[in-house]
Amino acid sequence: MAPPDQREVTLSAQALTQSFGPSKIFESLSFEVLKGKGLLVTGPNGSGKTTLLRILSGLLRPTKGKVRLNIDGKAISPEDRLKHIGFITPELALYEELTALENLEFFARVRRLKRTKADHLALLERVGLKERGRDLVGTFSSGMKQRLKLAFAIQHEPVLLLLDEPGSNLDDSGRAVVEGVVAEQKKKGVLIVATNDARELAYGEETLALA
Amino acid sequence: MLWQLLLFVWMSLVIVAGFLYAPLAEKLYEMTRIIYFHIPMAWVAVLAFLVSTVFSIRYLMTRSWGDDVRAAISAQLGLLFAVLATASGAIFAKAMWGAFWNWDPRETSIFLLLLIYGAYLTLRSAVEGEDKRARLAAVYNIIAFVTVPFLVFIVPRLYFSLHPGPLLNAQGRLEMHPRMLQVFLASLAGFTVLYFWIFDLSWKVARLKRKQEEAS
Amino acid sequence: MPWLEGVLAVFLKDWRSEFRTRYALNAALLFAVTTLVVVSFAIGAFGISGDLLAAFLWVIILFSSMAGLGQVFIKEVESRTFTALRLVARPSEVWAGKFFFNLVLLLGLEVIIIPLFFILLNPRVGDWSGFLAVLILGSVGLAGATTLIAAIIAQAKGKGALLAGLSYPILIPLLAAATSGTRHLFHGDGGAGQEIQILAAYAVVVIAAAFLLFEFVWSE
Repeated sequence: MAPPDQREVTLSAQALTQSFGPSKIFESLSFEVLKGKGLLVTGPNGSGKTTLLRILSGLLRPTKGKVRLNIDGKAISPEDRLKHIGFITPELALYEELTALENLEFFARVRRLKRTKADHLALLERVGLKERGRDLVGTFSSGMKQRLKLAFAIQHEPVLLLLDEPGSNLDDSGRAVVEGVVAEQKKKGVLIVATNDARELAYGEETLALA
Repeated sequence: MLWQLLLFVWMSLVIVAGFLYAPLAEKLYEMTRIIYFHIPMAWVAVLAFLVSTVFSIRYLMTRSWGDDVRAAISAQLGLLFAVLATASGAIFAKAMWGAFWNWDPRETSIFLLLLIYGAYLTLRSAVEGEDKRARLAAVYNIIAFVTVPFLVFIVPRLYFSLHPGPLLNAQGRLEMHPRMLQVFLASLAGFTVLYFWIFDLSWKVARLKRKQEEAS
Repeated sequence: MPWLEGVLAVFLKDWRSEFRTRYALNAALLFAVTTLVVVSFAIGAFGISGDLLAAFLWVIILFSSMAGLGQVFIKEVESRTFTALRLVARPSEVWAGKFFFNLVLLLGLEVIIIPLFFILLNPRVGDWSGFLAVLILGSVGLAGATTLIAAIIAQAKGKGALLAGLSYPILIPLLAAATSGTRHLFHGDGGAGQEIQILAAYAVVVIAAAFLLFEFVWSE
């Protein structure tokens, strides 16, 4: 594959419909997002923003419809998706009885990434947690946990990054970190942000508003 | 409508014949009559399990609500018949050997089936979310099915059995009086049709309910 | 081989996590020791037959498993790390890693419980290799079945309470063969060859089925 900056990436969703039992969350959603672009997903609570992101991440199978992630014109198979997708959402947590470094090391090993300790430390620095590598995640504040979650999502340099309410619990310096991540992501891939926060509306060029 | 009336008549005849038409087996006296009911019910309980497992496997491939609902329907029916089979077996055991329960391998098998049904239905009631419930229940059904052959075929070799062997044994050699055989087979057929009928009715009801829910 | 590395990563992560919190080990050990002591006390000075001792042994093992082997998935769901794990790991690696974790946990538990059992209840064993074979094969099958069920109930309401109810029907063949085999070994009458075969077959079948089915439990 070509180096990250030169790859063609497209995410396309066709006729996505999601029902839980008899109640329909959304119906026949279709859209396409190209590399370098950010898509904002907005809507009131319960409109399905998180559900949509979960479908795009491969965690949830849609009731109907298809999601396709193309790199350099070739579709990525569902089994390989994990390698190329990064996702954070409020309901996701990391291992609190392990340290930040241990968390990152574990994820790197399971993701089959060759990372050294220096790499992990660099990642921590990028999200502003440089000094906290050896601390147990259980001792982190919610803002710090959010930063570590960001690190978790970008560790493997995914071409598709899904951020569900990325700014939650973050102070201004935390938001700066998110902005940095957003900018980086648009250079090499696709970004989708689900949010109701006005400050985050600048992250995307197009908006998908869910009823 | 016609064939349901037929079934009613058929089953009535079977019940009557069980008491009046068929002779008694040697050594077993009046209690033998229970085989016309106990064995077919046990058979249906097993059949229902098989049907339930087939629909569970189908569900994992199709992810279609219909397959999951039918797996559940069959399980509920199976539970009913398993309870009846266990109860009728216990009555026979008390009359014949003096104790309602002995952990004889066949007794254990039907009780195990009962437990599996109970566990399956309990699991269903404990999972929220239709898709998740269907998926997890289907997996449980299949893994349970996989272990059943162990109990039915293999473990009995370790123990002796109280169950009357000579009458109807594993090799399928039937040593029943012809009349007894007639009633027995008739009962087996009747119960099987009964099972499929109730299954079909329940499936229709479930579909109607679903249509109603989707419309609202 | 990368797959094995993934399995090892999951195993070690669970191990490290368990080492720091000790939920599972504590629960299982506490249960096992307490039960053992209560049984021994209740029996008192009277000797009991090899039959009953064999049954007791496996009941204790079974019940302690229910107390401790569910944690491996329940913990992931309750601390909400389930989603993160699903985003990074392949189902087969997760199942294998957690199965080995549970197996090691169970064997570790037995290393403590079996000597205690022998000290307090004093059964006689002629054929030690047979006894160990029954114990180990039985534990493998037990861990295999229970790990899959644990993954199922972790996603249900009521979690731990369901583990026993769902596992027992599936474990009955294992229990029957294990108690029968142990009984023969305590009596010293002819060995447990048949039971060992059954236990081995059960372990293979259940682990193969669990391995194939786990993907459906793991992914939505």
